[in-house]
Amino acid sequence: MAITDAPKIVTARLGYDDSFTLERYLATGGYAGLRKALTMTPEAVAAEVDAASLLGRGGAGFPAGRKWSMLRKNPLTYLVINGDESEPATFKDHMLIEGDPHQILEGVLISAYALQVSQAFIYLRGEFALGLERLQTALNEAYAHGAVGSNIFDSGFSLDIVVHPGAGAYICGEETALLESLEGKRGFPRIKPPFFPAAIGLYGEPTVVNNVETMANIPWIVNNGGAAFAALGAGRSTGTRLFALAGHVRNPGNYELEMVKTTFRDLIYAPVLGGGIRGSNTLKAFIPGGVSAPWFGPDQVDLPLGQDEVGNAGSMLGSGSIVVMDSATCMVRAAWRITKFFSRESCGQCTPCREGSGWLERIMYRIENGAGREEDLDLLMDLCDNISPGVAWPPQQTTICVLGPSIPSSIASGIRMFRDEFLVHVKEGGCPFD
Amino acid sequence: MSHLRGDLRTRAEELVALYPEKRSALIPLCHLAQEQDGWLTPEAVGEIAELCGVTAAEVQGTASFYDMLHIEPVGTYAVAVCTNIACLLGGALELLEHAESTLGVRAGGTTVDGVFTLHEAECLADCDKTPCVQVNHRYVGAQTPESFDTLVEDLRAGRLSDTVPEHGTLVRVRRTVGLQADRDAIKAERAAVAQEQAARAAAAAAAAATEGEKKA
Repeated sequence: MAITDAPKIVTARLGYDDSFTLERYLATGGYAGLRKALTMTPEAVAAEVDAASLLGRGGAGFPAGRKWSMLRKNPLTYLVINGDESEPATFKDHMLIEGDPHQILEGVLISAYALQVSQAFIYLRGEFALGLERLQTALNEAYAHGAVGSNIFDSGFSLDIVVHPGAGAYICGEETALLESLEGKRGFPRIKPPFFPAAIGLYGEPTVVNNVETMANIPWIVNNGGAAFAALGAGRSTGTRLFALAGHVRNPGNYELEMVKTTFRDLIYAPVLGGGIRGSNTLKAFIPGGVSAPWFGPDQVDLPLGQDEVGNAGSMLGSGSIVVMDSATCMVRAAWRITKFFSRESCGQCTPCREGSGWLERIMYRIENGAGREEDLDLLMDLCDNISPGVAWPPQQTTICVLGPSIPSSIASGIRMFRDEFLVHVKEGGCPFD
Repeated sequence: MSHLRGDLRTRAEELVALYPEKRSALIPLCHLAQEQDGWLTPEAVGEIAELCGVTAAEVQGTASFYDMLHIEPVGTYAVAVCTNIACLLGGALELLEHAESTLGVRAGGTTVDGVFTLHEAECLADCDKTPCVQVNHRYVGAQTPESFDTLVEDLRAGRLSDTVPEHGTLVRVRRTVGLQADRDAIKAERAAVAQEQAARAAAAAAAAATEGEKKA
């Protein structure tokens, strides 16, 4: 395993100080993909994306081409882009939105042409004040350039795009909650089935929801062909992917790497990537794909960064964020904070999630602060079992959306991997790391 | 008489026009109202309801769901200290404790002079710079206890007013173009393309059938 010399597909422009301007975008091949796509039939454009086998970059990893093919039968549809990035320790979309907004717009335009949708919306996380400015400015520029609006580049294809701000709610990253929010309502995930908004989406119309990073890949795929994209990576994980590396490494940051060819060890320790664990500490554990994912220990560090590879090992690549925890980390505190997050962000519709997350958080808090009991460990697992029967991976679900079954991941990982550490908290009546 | 001042009322009407259904403008309009008042006053809620064609209760009910929409008055500067996992590992709990003592309020509270509201935030998606702090949703970089105190002094003295505007997330977000593609025109375009696509599909199917016959 090694760091390959695969092309930078979504981060090529980010080295420039003015990477977010139309001028820079055009000077670096911008909107060539859109011009090319408009000379092709919509079916041919969709076929290229299908050939790329691009997996959605939001977290669930559903093939983008397959999501699209569900829509082709229905005429009047919307394209909604999910830019509500809020999975803890994930900061890749944030970088793409501020750094290269035109690339996202071009991806949206090409996708909209392939899907022949009537209108596109880009839902951005409300906390991204600068991102909203950059993306709206880019959109204004793109309209003036003739790349959006009526009769785009004289092709006879027209489309409007609206940039829509959210207002601070993790759950709005769930696609049906996002649609509710875009309709001006509370971000309550919708009851499934239907499992995809392709059937009943925005305003009840067929809708496809794709992630920002997914969109950022589309111009390259059209310019270079789906086969060139599929030639990168291995198995089901094609192309490159942005990995957000955070926590106790020397060089936290976003790294675009070829899928599968690179391992967690490369990402964490390579001098040009993570640079190793900070100070003289050693690796204790890491979270491979956002805080909804079960944790891995140092013995799993040689796993490749691939969707199925991580999935088969009992966790998920999820949102592509890797959190590294060193030997000085209190695992009870880490799991408590993640649980507190879910408790705060539960939308409140389903009892197991709303009540369970709060109970779990309070028990974790008392263990961390010295008031825990030995039987709390069994109580925690029992509550986890009520939210997600079996506490296994992939998880069973008792709730409308996947926020619920994500809650047990950190607690179950903590107890299974670091049971002794929990018990020391109980026996010593406090946190040994304080 | 409009509660929203002239320019904001104009922007509000422009926003409503962007959406196929008026209600979709509800959250953007709440951001606009907060740009004027800092929070969602009952008058603003009433006006947003009228603009979106819903009841005031529906506006209030929606707004109360979202962290960034305030149904009570807040300070001029919302100081958000993230303590989620990446920031926790970077010393965020210690920073939050320091922020509480510097500002003299607990997380969630507003200083008596009404200048600062301190929030313990969830992940703000800037996790390579920990602990992450935002003021009025503008990133101000990773903070240490010392730099945090300087930040507070600078904000109080108005030295950061260029980078951190008072209240309002969309202060510098302006759509300078309306919707340009007429919805009926788009419908006609799509219908024509759908016809072409159907013709191509039929031709491909016919060709495949001929191919199949040849093989047989």
